[in-house]
Amino acid sequence: MKAEDSLSIAAPSESHPLQKAGTTLVALAILSAFIAAFGAGIQYPVLFFWLIISLSVSGGILYSIPVYKSLAGIKNNGVMFAKSTSRGAIAWGIAILFTGFYIILYWFPSLLEGLIRIMDPLSYVLRGIKADHWFLYGTFYSLAILIMGIKFIGKYRHSRYHVIRTFSVMFFQLGFAFLIPAFLIKLNQPEFYFSYFWPLKYSYLFPNDVQSLISSGNVGFFMVFWGAVMTFIATPILTYNYGKRWYCSWVCGCGGLAETLGDPYRHLSDKSLKAWKIERWMVYSVLVFVTVTTLLLWLNSWKGGAILGDLSGSFAKWYGFLIGSVFSGVIGTGFYPLMGGRVWCRFGCPMAAILGIFQRFKSKFRITTNGGQCISCGNCSTYCEMGIDVRAYAQKGENVIRASCVGCGICASVCPRGVLKLENLAEEGRFDPYIRPEDK
Amino acid sequence: MHIVIIGNGITGITCARNIRKADPEAEISVISSESEHFFSRTALMYIYMGHMKYEHTKPYEDWFWKKNRIKLIRGHVRYIGTEFKTLSLVDGSMIHYSKLIIATGSKPNKFGWPGQDLKGVQGLYSLQDLESMNVHTSGIEHAVVVGGGLIGIEMAEMLLSRNIQVTFLVREKAYWDNVLPAEEASLISRHIQKHHINLLVETELKEIISDENGRVKSIITSRGEEINCQFVGLTAGVNPNIDFLKDSGIQTNKGILVNEFLETNIQNVFAAGDCAEFRNPKPNHPAVEQLWYTGKLQAEALSKTISGKRTVYERGIWFNSAKFLDIEYQTYGLIFSKLNQDEASFYWEHPNGQIAFRATYKKASRELIGFNFLGLRFRQNVAERWINSKISVDQAIRNLKEGWFDAEFSKPHYIEILDAFSACTDFKKVN
Ligand SMILES: Cc1cc2nc3c(=O)[nH]c(=O)nc-3n(C[C@H](O)[C@H](O)[C@H](O)COP(=O)(O)OP(=O)(O)OC[C@H]3O[C@@H](n4cnc5c(N)ncnc54)[C@H](O)[C@@H]3O)c2cc1C
Ligand code: SF4
Ligand code: SF4
Repeated sequence: MKAEDSLSIAAPSESHPLQKAGTTLVALAILSAFIAAFGAGIQYPVLFFWLIISLSVSGGILYSIPVYKSLAGIKNNGVMFAKSTSRGAIAWGIAILFTGFYIILYWFPSLLEGLIRIMDPLSYVLRGIKADHWFLYGTFYSLAILIMGIKFIGKYRHSRYHVIRTFSVMFFQLGFAFLIPAFLIKLNQPEFYFSYFWPLKYSYLFPNDVQSLISSGNVGFFMVFWGAVMTFIATPILTYNYGKRWYCSWVCGCGGLAETLGDPYRHLSDKSLKAWKIERWMVYSVLVFVTVTTLLLWLNSWKGGAILGDLSGSFAKWYGFLIGSVFSGVIGTGFYPLMGGRVWCRFGCPMAAILGIFQRFKSKFRITTNGGQCISCGNCSTYCEMGIDVRAYAQKGENVIRASCVGCGICASVCPRGVLKLENLAEEGRFDPYIRPEDK
Repeated sequence: MHIVIIGNGITGITCARNIRKADPEAEISVISSESEHFFSRTALMYIYMGHMKYEHTKPYEDWFWKKNRIKLIRGHVRYIGTEFKTLSLVDGSMIHYSKLIIATGSKPNKFGWPGQDLKGVQGLYSLQDLESMNVHTSGIEHAVVVGGGLIGIEMAEMLLSRNIQVTFLVREKAYWDNVLPAEEASLISRHIQKHHINLLVETELKEIISDENGRVKSIITSRGEEINCQFVGLTAGVNPNIDFLKDSGIQTNKGILVNEFLETNIQNVFAAGDCAEFRNPKPNHPAVEQLWYTGKLQAEALSKTISGKRTVYERGIWFNSAKFLDIEYQTYGLIFSKLNQDEASFYWEHPNGQIAFRATYKKASRELIGFNFLGLRFRQNVAERWINSKISVDQAIRNLKEGWFDAEFSKPHYIEILDAFSACTDFKKVN
């Protein structure tokens, strides 16, 4: 008898009628977006703007109502059965939709003309200029974090850690990554994202950007100063005290999207040892690559382009194409429903790589394991979006100290035995495993 | 030396791993009939509910066994010939051992109820049980769970996750009140009802009624009530899985009889985990320990013995944990449902009725005996240290923060607990 196999064809999970209605409304919003993109948006921009916004917002709300109405607690029922969350047909459909959207956005933005035009009124209000495809993208992105954030808060409302950090990512996305850059444009200042730093926003320390910011005046000068302080001073200090989570699951927009829109897919990350090996290889290569690129660019600009000529420039272009577009966008977000929400954060983000090095070697942060209480059930490892095999540590009574851990805290929440706790304690002894008094 | 282990549960596998760590040379084989690889039995419910798939419940990747040269044999042991140190398997093959560890776990209790073997009537212990539950509960509307232990509440939650109505028969006055003190038992019972589980207390199963196809159609309770249902979960405890030892010469009672070194009456044959029974259990401790934790701890002690360092099994400060639907439970030290003569206890419950705390202590000396936590998390090493060093209950409650294990930003309930404690004792709050 092969009980192992047959269990995988278990019962279908039934979704609540309100959730079905919510999903339908969101599907209609997507349909309207298509219609708008094919030209109708140019004719009726206001109509389509409100149609899409109201359909997606009310769809999100309808979808969230049953989440808020059910008793608070971890409810991952049916996650492994539902076609949308177990790499079924729906998941593939969503992945194709997302990936397609990114490809068009990056390389064929003219196809989005109809959609971009419906954003014009909002863009004029916020930025004083007409919309472009990046403004369209930013609006959708923020909307996704807000709507899915509300759902996320409902799902984890019994945990104040999750409620507070989700408000935090919603706040930073809406304020720092959407409204402030828009207002800056309206005020004739350089567009700047105060919540992104080198090396994630690599160009902020590239000579071109620095020079053009500085030449734009005092505000630009402050921006360069802010970026440098955040990269070289604030980042190490904050990471020493709180671990990389202060950024990855409290501030960062990529993290914010992964935590909210990506939440239903977090169990799809690969937990194998092999994946961990690939991860270390890739993410540190990206870090080396972006660091070398930055240094080369400075060297080149210092020598007035004498050594490398245009070579360093094309280096930067390639980085932008491969890492900035293909990896972080198309694969990073497009593959949410297939590989989980943190593909980019885990395998590609150079910021995560630096923060991770601090976290592993010089930080007070750790996930403490509570003595011998682990029953090896596997919930923690399954729901770790970074693919960390948390159980491997917990069942040995060891603390989890891993470069990649973004401190989302979901492992601690899904643990049915209260074994895990994220905390910042003294550095000394953070690697010490639990030993029973009898064995001392 | 060929060390053979029967059973690939937590006990058998912990033995295999620890023996390998101590001795890189030993030949180690693990025989088991239930599954190819070690999986976590405690996670069965999550497979059914769709939180995890079977592969998520395997604590080690499949390459692990080969790399550590632990030979896995899928098969069922039919007979142990202790005289010639051989095992015979159901498929006819024979295996020779130098040392034998029996870690065959448990099987569900069945008390001879009429109709207990009907289709749709079963316990929950093995993967095969889970598979059968999956088949027999598909598309049904109403199920009955009999027996109010830890597996019973898990089964009720499982059924609920598939929108099946559940009636839960419990012999006691409140859920699990033979183990939990009355306040905790009643808190959990209220929570069970909040989840719309029909909890029938002081009610037992009398008979299971069949339909014309040999499938359960209803049950009759000890109160004479008939309840229609298409599935009956029997979760009135488990007992050691040792029937195959009958003519082996290995002494058994309820379980395989062992001393404090986990040695049986036959040389080079050992038993541990759910299937072992201590000849002389420690006072207040059960002779058969049917827990994940105890299986692991027994196996750790036994591996030392097998690797040449004869070691007594020490249970240590008692601890356990569980989850009742949404409410987590942790316990440290021995707290019984009824206080002993010389004990007193302090109980605090949050107004929301979902969070509770208890500390039990010696009346005369005020020395701490143990804690119960519901909806709260507490550090095991702090509780252990306090109980071992016999600090007073007053000191413990004043310092609860030290062991607090709730997630960051959680409400600091230890303050309310201290306030409540100060108000009802002559203990004075010290800032
Ligand atoms: C649903 C459920 C939930 C639980 N939850 C908890 C919990 O939260 N906390 C806790 O502490 N405990 C829990 N337990 C109890 C815990 O799982 C057991 O105490 C533990 O698994 C026992 O481990 P073991 O290695 O001794 O035996 P088992 O895990 O039972 O392993 C024995 C293995 O030996 C095999 N076997 C038996 N006889 C033979 C034979 N003759 N030949 C070959 N193979 C054989 C069996 O098929 C089985 O695979 C739970 C149990 C169940 C069923
Ligand atoms: S280990 Fe836990 S906190 Fe860290 S990323 Fe994984 S789930 Fe999140
Ligand atoms: S979820 Fe908790 S009990 Fe389960 S394996 Fe992880 S730490 Fe252990």
